[in-house]
Amino acid sequence: MSAKIRKIAVNIEETHKEIGRDINPATRKAVAVAVIENPFAGTYREDLTELMEIGAELGAVLGRKCVEALGITPGQAESFGKSAMVGENGELEHAAAILHPKLGAPLRKEVEKGAALVPSSKKMGSPGQVLDVPLGHKDAAYVRSHFDGIEVRLNDAPRANEIMVAVAVTDSGRPSPRVGGLTHEDAEGKDGLR
Amino acid sequence: MSKLNLRKTAFSVEEIFHEGGPVPAKPLRRAAALAIIENPFAGRYEPDIQWFMEDLKPLGLQMATRLVELLGGADQIEGYGKGAMIGEAGELEHGALWHAPGGYAMRELLNDSNAIVPSSKKVAGVGGRLDVPITHINASYVRSHFDSMEVGLNDAPKANEMALVLVMSTGPRIHDRAGGLAAKDIKGEDGLR
Repeated sequence: MSAKIRKIAVNIEETHKEIGRDINPATRKAVAVAVIENPFAGTYREDLTELMEIGAELGAVLGRKCVEALGITPGQAESFGKSAMVGENGELEHAAAILHPKLGAPLRKEVEKGAALVPSSKKMGSPGQVLDVPLGHKDAAYVRSHFDGIEVRLNDAPRANEIMVAVAVTDSGRPSPRVGGLTHEDAEGKDGLR
Repeated sequence: MSKLNLRKTAFSVEEIFHEGGPVPAKPLRRAAALAIIENPFAGRYEPDIQWFMEDLKPLGLQMATRLVELLGGADQIEGYGKGAMIGEAGELEHGALWHAPGGYAMRELLNDSNAIVPSSKKVAGVGGRLDVPITHINASYVRSHFDSMEVGLNDAPKANEMALVLVMSTGPRIHDRAGGLAAKDIKGEDGLR
């Protein structure tokens, strides 16, 4: 069964300056969020397969929305992340079912390769609450310049019987990275770590 | 935009498929553009501020152009609004400088846009949120198109910055049924009805 989507929002942020210094080219991040009906709101279900399938569907839909919003080719994506916020009639495990078993593979297709673990966050919440989506390099988790995050919130979601599912993609790291570590250029991108 | 000190731009597009009622054939789409710029008047009282409106014109046009692109073309746009948040070292009056350049930028790109562009403004801290009102572009009394969009960024506006906002929408509220003047019945002459 596919997701019952009430709403999709896509946000793009472009940073042109940081602490007075020009950032050229601007760093760019996108986050796409879907507000879906929680099929298990108000009930305990042992089998969460339905939510896992929804996760697979949304990994593709939201990943593609981000890449389109950035106006890049999939191969130009550099980092990604995923998050979910469950309305009060659901449970945290619903977020886990959407995010972890099946969302990653279709998302990786949208951003090409993507050997690294997709960093994630999850929480229970209510309309207007902030969801912070962690970001990490898509091919090599240790790339230090790409550890980041993007905030997303919607004033009208998640309602009690809803779940907000977010995917974030960037074409760049932080605006002025200078804390060392593995760089984007030196990453091999084979084992997902380095 | 050459004279502006632009730190950040952000764009937000929402597609609303339903809100618990029957799903219409056409989803409602809303988009917002935000520009975070340095406030040239921050930290002091400056009597003469109107010159800054000239500097804002190209920015307004750029933001409006991007919104039209994001929503699929000028013929898709049925509602609009604008707003400003002024960082704490500025004053509310600085936000009023956005009225002319923000509003006319959108009306320049949109046909049959006789209606005044509704607006909101406030002084806010970093992370402040602004509810930007939306009304029909050609007749302010069209009840189905009264709407709003909440915008904001976690890292703006800083004390010496302003967040300038434009929003556009593609149609009525998703389950519009509160009556009043309908878009199909407007005369479109005075901007009101």
